[in-house]
Amino acid sequence: MDQTFVNFVYLVAGILFILGIKGLTKPKTAVRGNTLSALGMLLAVVITLLDSSIVNFSYIIAGVLVGGIIGATMALRIQMTSMPQMVALLNGFGGGASLTIALAEYYSKLGQAPTSFADILTPVVTSASAFGQGAEATIALVSIGLTVLIGAVTLTGSFIAFAKLQELMKKSYGLPGGPIGNAIFLIAALAAVVSLVINPGNTVAMVSIVGLALLLGLFLVMPIGGADMPVVIALLNSYSGIAAALAGFILGNTVLIVAGSLVGTSGLILTQIMCVAMNRSLANVLFGKMAAGGETVDADEIYAGKVTSAQPDEVALILEMAERVVIVPGYGMAMAQAQHAVRELADAMEARGTEVEYGIHPVAGRMPGHMNVLLAEAEVPYDKLVEMDRINPTFEDTDVVIIIGANDVTNPMARESEGSPIYGMPILNVDKAKNVVVIKRSLSPGFAGLPNPLFAMDHTLMVYGDGKKAVIEMTTALNQA
Amino acid sequence: MEILILLLALFVLSLFLGVELITKVPPTLHTPLMSGTNAVSGITLVGALLAAGSDTSPILVNGLGFIAVTLATINVVGGYLVTNRMLAMFKRK
Repeated sequence: MDQTFVNFVYLVAGILFILGIKGLTKPKTAVRGNTLSALGMLLAVVITLLDSSIVNFSYIIAGVLVGGIIGATMALRIQMTSMPQMVALLNGFGGGASLTIALAEYYSKLGQAPTSFADILTPVVTSASAFGQGAEATIALVSIGLTVLIGAVTLTGSFIAFAKLQELMKKSYGLPGGPIGNAIFLIAALAAVVSLVINPGNTVAMVSIVGLALLLGLFLVMPIGGADMPVVIALLNSYSGIAAALAGFILGNTVLIVAGSLVGTSGLILTQIMCVAMNRSLANVLFGKMAAGGETVDADEIYAGKVTSAQPDEVALILEMAERVVIVPGYGMAMAQAQHAVRELADAMEARGTEVEYGIHPVAGRMPGHMNVLLAEAEVPYDKLVEMDRINPTFEDTDVVIIIGANDVTNPMARESEGSPIYGMPILNVDKAKNVVVIKRSLSPGFAGLPNPLFAMDHTLMVYGDGKKAVIEMTTALNQA
Repeated sequence: MEILILLLALFVLSLFLGVELITKVPPTLHTPLMSGTNAVSGITLVGALLAAGSDTSPILVNGLGFIAVTLATINVVGGYLVTNRMLAMFKRK
């Protein structure tokens, strides 16, 4: 196969990936975009399979079969509430693929590839020329080293993120010394990359990069709490893209570089959006704890005697009169699997002529866009899912806000109390509405560990209990009215 | 060296293009964007195929290639299918 033609097809594939992401800028064109992107992938794979250097198809067929079955099973069986876990795993696999490609390329260029496990560790006498001439060899070795490093961090980091999202790991563990401990691991891994560049045959250096980076991935994500996972997932998404782009430099492959850098920027931009939505720096999310606020806020003092609770049928009486209702979902809605019940409540209100919209905070849920996907699953039209900046000015004209499973993103302390750890975080200004209904199990604090003065306000009603059950009872009461 | 500069130019321009494109994706579609880009990063399959299919290489290289093909295929198949599943939910009205 003529290499020029192969590169031409890679260019076409790259264009299809770009058109695919462009399609995602509108819900209407998104499905077509995804199809175009998949077509680009098919083209790139087919043209690669025609490459004359591929003669042994047994490993390829086995890998495609195993991977295809696992991938399809995951994709078709996963519940929408578990989408963050799925994306975490996919990030990890992406990192793992780049890692193994870089290792394969390294041992293949090395010439004297090991035949036994002990050989992997035995340094080989080789000149850098196996990896190219002069600067080329340096670039190739740096690319290999960095791909291995980032790929391995992404692999183990994503598995920890998965374990946290799946609630297999509930506590947070960290290296003693926190960021300093991690920095030592990172510097050691980078030193191993340098030593690999100086002496390419130093297989011990290669194995060290792998080991150190795998550990670094674990230590980076283990201390981070569940509610910060949107940032972590977005960041690991970006890493998997950067690793793919670096693998492109190793192989001199254009389509890998284009696709990898698109994924890398996507992850970085989402990371940035999530950090802004929490008013925290990336460093603070990764290494910091939520700063302990200046004055400690006593929950009892805020709540004592001021919290009004209500039964679902009492709420239904208010909903009957409402002209405009905004529903604010949070992770609790996903936990209670209440999205279908919420949609039915909205249907019941709309049948009575009430205007219903949904106010979505960027960090609601466990990954960017999590709430939107859940509500779309429950067949809520996407134009009713309103982002924070557009819904906030409408709260003053809203009769009732129903908060289900959200807490910190509605806490007015973020706006008013300067000493508070969440001060400055953009929130949904639900307290401006005429009535606020909070469906929650108890008065327990959210991830930030703070009491929410909203719960004690005069126009707030607390409905205690399971989110799904409470919403269904409201719907029933409303339909009987 | 020439080729390296060319690849580097491609890399930098793609980053800028990425920023322009991704900032236009609405928050509603951020989850499909992540799973969709996961599928795109499965493009490493191309590199994996070359490693798994070469004949001159020793078994270790083929073995690593096999792992890479498997992982990248999970991303490609899983990523596109799950993205399609989600987007279909957004489309229906």
